[in-house]
Amino acid sequence: MTDIFWLIPFIPALSTLILAIFGQKLPKKYISFQACFAVFASFIISAISLVGLLQTSPENYPLVKNLFSWIHAGSFKADLSFQLDPLSAVMALVVTGVGFLIHLYSVGYMANDKSYSRYFTYLNLFTFAMLILVMSSNVVLMFVGWEGVGLCSYLLIGFWFEKHSAANAGKKAFIINRIGDAAFIIGIFFILIYVGSGEFTAINSAISGGAITQGVATLIAVLLFVGATGKSAQIPLYVWLPDAMEGPTPVSALIHAATMVTAGVYMVSRMNLLYTLSVDAAQVVAVVGAVTAIYAATMALTQNDIKRVLAYSTISQIGYMFIGCGVGAYAAGMFHLYTHAFFKSLLFLAAGSVMHALSGELDMRKMGGLRKYLPLTYPTFLIGAIAIAGIPFLSGFFSKDAILTHAFASGQYFVWALGILGAVLTAFYMFRLIFLTFHGKERMTPEVKKHIHESPPAMTIPLVILAFFSIVAGFIGLPVVFGKNLNWFVHFLEPVIKKSHEAHLTLGTEWLLIIISVAVALIGILIAYIFYIRKPQIPHSLVARFPFIYKLLYNKYYVDEIYNATFVNPTIKGSELIYDKFDLKVIDGAVNGTASSAGFFGKILSYFQTGLIKDYALIFLLGAILFIAYLLF
Amino acid sequence: MAQFLFFLLAIVCIASVLGMIISKNQAYNALFLILAFACMGGFFALLDAPFIAVVQIIIYAGAIMILFIFVIMMINLREGLSPERKKWTLYFALGIAVVLIVELILTMKAAFSPLKSGGIEKIGSPTDIGRLLFTEYLYPFEITSILIIAALVGAIVLVKKRDKE
Amino acid sequence: MIPLSYFLILSAVLFVLGAVAFFVKRDLITMFMAVEVMLNAANLAFITFAKSASSIDGQIIVFFIITVAAAEAAVGLAIILLIFRQKKTIKSEDINLMKG
Repeated sequence: MTDIFWLIPFIPALSTLILAIFGQKLPKKYISFQACFAVFASFIISAISLVGLLQTSPENYPLVKNLFSWIHAGSFKADLSFQLDPLSAVMALVVTGVGFLIHLYSVGYMANDKSYSRYFTYLNLFTFAMLILVMSSNVVLMFVGWEGVGLCSYLLIGFWFEKHSAANAGKKAFIINRIGDAAFIIGIFFILIYVGSGEFTAINSAISGGAITQGVATLIAVLLFVGATGKSAQIPLYVWLPDAMEGPTPVSALIHAATMVTAGVYMVSRMNLLYTLSVDAAQVVAVVGAVTAIYAATMALTQNDIKRVLAYSTISQIGYMFIGCGVGAYAAGMFHLYTHAFFKSLLFLAAGSVMHALSGELDMRKMGGLRKYLPLTYPTFLIGAIAIAGIPFLSGFFSKDAILTHAFASGQYFVWALGILGAVLTAFYMFRLIFLTFHGKERMTPEVKKHIHESPPAMTIPLVILAFFSIVAGFIGLPVVFGKNLNWFVHFLEPVIKKSHEAHLTLGTEWLLIIISVAVALIGILIAYIFYIRKPQIPHSLVARFPFIYKLLYNKYYVDEIYNATFVNPTIKGSELIYDKFDLKVIDGAVNGTASSAGFFGKILSYFQTGLIKDYALIFLLGAILFIAYLLF
Repeated sequence: MAQFLFFLLAIVCIASVLGMIISKNQAYNALFLILAFACMGGFFALLDAPFIAVVQIIIYAGAIMILFIFVIMMINLREGLSPERKKWTLYFALGIAVVLIVELILTMKAAFSPLKSGGIEKIGSPTDIGRLLFTEYLYPFEITSILIIAALVGAIVLVKKRDKE
Repeated sequence: MIPLSYFLILSAVLFVLGAVAFFVKRDLITMFMAVEVMLNAANLAFITFAKSASSIDGQIIVFFIITVAAAEAAVGLAIILLIFRQKKTIKSEDINLMKG
């Protein structure tokens, strides 16, 4: 049953190839069918593999399938080999499952786009790269997938490349990713030096066998994490994600909510032995995650673009996942990754549905009262918002609670406090969004109002499915308060994620923590209700009283401007300078100079070509004389 | 006796070549050359190559030079041409001459100092040459005959006057 | 017996004289004659070595050289005739179509 798991990445790859070569000539219906079916087939295989995995005993984890020897240089080997273990199975299911639903949604959303086949080619390519990333058995192949998803992110963000802002956003995403990847590669080099092989099994044996000192582990862990901040949009390399909203909404849902940005969390969980060994690196991860969570949440408070709010929300939620990993609760981080995939993609897709209904409007100030026009979109959106706010019994509650409980239990009270504060802000901005969009006065232009319509089934069916999972997905990971061994999710991941310490809290403390997190969520919702339904003048007066803070938040703390001034513009100026001084003068000079000197020497030599036989004969003779002289002496 | 003949022939030969260089009249040059070739024939005879000596006289002095003379007559220049006007080419040529002579002599001395006086047997009889020509050197012989035909046809084709259209 | 090195020296001298004649003279026919002189000098050297090594192969080579020289002379003179017809001159400086 588990033998076919290596097919999981290759079915989308095959589909990509076919679409890339023949896409222009194939009918739209067929393209939709093939693209969606490819991902669906991978999903089925992932499910089958999961079942097979459950039937294998954990001593055999991970199941590795080496497809062929890729790099073999001296003692360094890196192969095209995939592994199946609980962690990769979970990720594969998330990627293919949510991916399939988003492919389905895209059939409706992109129905009238002129580059239909290109879109699905890229989308399948992305699925392929992401699956390589999560299923590879060595860190070098994982990096191939890492880069691949970065590339697809660029291609898809800049999908409507005729728009300048979209093209620039794609460039920004790719370049910032690259900066993180530079650190990532150096981390890989160190791994290869100290472990000798990139295989995860080898790395884990090296760590548990003591071959890696804590200092080296810290170095590698920090470098890899810098790469993760680029890919998963944490401080300081998060600035590309808000701009990435220029891409089509399903792309934002798939790549920038459910899968690509979570690659960093996957990586840290995969290397959990490393981060457990190096407590300093784990601390860095937790703190960066916590600070990012708050920081992004504050920026989400003031945005008026519906997708921007969700983008900052994503950054913030990934911060939570890193908090989980940083305090040693990697399973909790992965759990949040899994639930977040459902409700965040639901939120993005529902936002897309709203935009579709309003003919492309995304400014919330021009929305309002939409709940009577969108009978399917509104409830699903609401479910997503409730889930992310952490209201009990929906999925977000279980995962967020797990993270915060573990943070508290490992003594990281500062991190826990930031997490709680973030929860308030999360509830607040999500419900601000709900109230502004679906409740209150209708602020749409009459033009837009004429065309309001609910979205087609291709778009609403995925919404319903995702809403369903946002509600029930949490039940596989019930916390201790409900029963001792009901956290099936953590138990499933145990062979991969070795716990460093058991978090032991009294039952009373656990209940208290749960109540606190629920309470802060409800407080957040209440404040949003007051601000935007009951007394809408409060937000305006707050803005008037604290203009400086408002401007700071609204302009994203001016970080983009700071980066531009310190990094981007000097680089551009420097490049132009080098271009003028070096490229034009020296390199072009050398090339042109070679050509002109060839011409010059040719002219000189042409003086010898007089056309007179005597001169030619003279040169013969001279040559002969020289030759005889050479023979003589 | 042989020594005396050798020196006589040598002097005549060198003198006629020098005369060829100095004289400005092409016909005189040709005649000088005929003389030089005749002396060469003599040298060949001295060196036990009677067949070759006769061949030299017949072909070189007889056929080739007659060709030259025919062409000279056909070109029918009124006046001869003086040697190079520019002096420096003359000196340059002389310089080259000196260098070359020295080199060649050195070469011959260096490579073949103990030059054997040669075998006593007579080696140059027509019989011997003929035997070799038709056994070992058969291919070159046949190919040379083709070469001569090619030259013959080529020369005729080149010089044929075009028919007036 | 005449020492064979004398013949070699003579051959060298004749060759150089032929080379000098080639460079000094300005009309094509005499230049061509100088080439023949050089060929003959080589022939003399060959015969000398044939005698020295008591091998008749040297004389065979000379036989062929003479033959080929005859063919060459025929064709060369034909070409000179053609040049004269075209340019009405046999001064070698005037024949510089291959210039540059």
